[in-house]
Amino acid sequence: MDFSNESRVLHRCSAHVRDIGNLLLRSLWHLVHFIISICNFTLDIANVLESYLISSGLLGRYKSLHIAKLRYLAIVIESEGAYQTLKIIELLQWLEAVGVKHVCLYDNEGILKKSKDFILENLDGAILFQVLSYWQPSIYAMLDAHENNVLLDQQHMTLEFVSFSDGKEAVAKAANVLFMKYSKSGVTDQNQKEKIFTESQMTEALKTVGSGGPEPDLLLVYGPARCHLGFPAWRIKYTEIVHMGLLKSMNYGSLIKAIYKFTMVRQNYGK
Amino acid sequence: MLREDIIIDIFSGWRSFLRKCLFRVLRVGPIPSHIAVIMDGNRRYAKKKKIDDMTGYDAGALALLHLIIYCMELGVKYVTAYAFSIDNFRRHPEEVQKIMDLTMESVMLLTWMSKLRLVRVHFAGNLQLLSADIQDAAKRLMESTAGYKNFVLTICICYTCSDEILHAVEESCKEKWDDGIGIMGYDEANDYERLIKVVDIEKHMYMAIAPDPDILIRTGGEYRLSNFLVWQSSCCHLSSLGTVWPEFGVFHLVWVVLDFQQNYRYVAKKKLQL
Repeated sequence: MDFSNESRVLHRCSAHVRDIGNLLLRSLWHLVHFIISICNFTLDIANVLESYLISSGLLGRYKSLHIAKLRYLAIVIESEGAYQTLKIIELLQWLEAVGVKHVCLYDNEGILKKSKDFILENLDGAILFQVLSYWQPSIYAMLDAHENNVLLDQQHMTLEFVSFSDGKEAVAKAANVLFMKYSKSGVTDQNQKEKIFTESQMTEALKTVGSGGPEPDLLLVYGPARCHLGFPAWRIKYTEIVHMGLLKSMNYGSLIKAIYKFTMVRQNYGK
Repeated sequence: MLREDIIIDIFSGWRSFLRKCLFRVLRVGPIPSHIAVIMDGNRRYAKKKKIDDMTGYDAGALALLHLIIYCMELGVKYVTAYAFSIDNFRRHPEEVQKIMDLTMESVMLLTWMSKLRLVRVHFAGNLQLLSADIQDAAKRLMESTAGYKNFVLTICICYTCSDEILHAVEESCKEKWDDGIGIMGYDEANDYERLIKVVDIEKHMYMAIAPDPDILIRTGGEYRLSNFLVWQSSCCHLSSLGTVWPEFGVFHLVWVVLDFQQNYRYVAKKKLQL
């Protein structure tokens, strides 16, 4: 009997020790995260100050941007931000003032697609970017031949509206277009190890299904985390992805800084 | 030169004990199931240390081994590393050959390590672009470790996401054709009737072995994915670190996981939506 009482006491003691240990661990974890939150808050204040200096033109290096390098800009906005249409219009006006001519707006739920008429009406002279199929006179042919000239001559800002359905589902649709070609062409008899399709065929198939916009050079993410939320994968293979914070906290200086940093980047493309 | 004794040393000793204590605190919060890394900066590291590029790559391989061990101790189940892109074949042939030699050496070391810690090793990419001896060694390693389930290491070699998507689409087309769904079964009147669905494409991806990554780390201070897991990273926490890959250590991993934990609720909510 004494032995079973002792073991019960021991068991209770070890349970208490375990509870205290867990409490200590949880406290340490919360303390670490509290310190990180303080550090992030301090960094945010520093960023706000820097943005103010950039906006007021006091930091000389941000005054001249080589904006021609930024041919196509994409903006990912998380769902809550996508309802803030006036903020989005303000952001687009800033971009227009800086000289950005081609912008793709993305939110995963397609909220921006529903607001596109309102946005286009309230943005002077902006036009909708149309993805033309390969058999029609295509803006892409113009871009291939006179790419920089076409982009620089553009009088109006073009806006493209994209959502999650233009990503994986569009690739599935494009796959069906390619399957039609595969079925008709007789390649089924060829050596199974050989490549059947090329990347340019996939690109054309995506244009055929209406999801073949250009690859953005820069993608700005307005949301709580640096996450592209399903932006069409085929288009962001080599895109610079920058986190800008929440849309409601957006500021002009941070935008300029992000574009400036992009213009300083040099890609090797694997070399 | 990579050695087995270095690995045994990482697993044991007072540093391992301190690490486990640190990870015990981290495990109070959510731990990522899958971490992917773009190991950028090996050549910059070599330049900084005034050593040759191959010694820089060796240091990078060692850093990867450390990461694998840290992740196993932390409770991460999947690690994916971008070892060699199809685009990297554009480098000088001598450099490519040296990287291939290092790859072969790494395959041998992973063969030994996988038995020690029951690690499943998978090579994702267009392996036909590798030389026959590396292909055979890789295939043998994949077959011998296929039964291990505790920890999965995926090495992306001769990989780009665009090649992966194309390959998956090709396999889906062949599968549908072999199932007898030819052109007669395809309704052209409908606007691209979806014979091939997203789920068909995803099951043929090189990365079908693992769930989508929770964290994708790129070292070297760059902010792009360079055609790595762009399909799989919709709801992935993208982390860009200024440090070069050979200098990536346990505190960088801790920092990235803490950052992930700070944003976990939002990213988890998005994963459910998408």
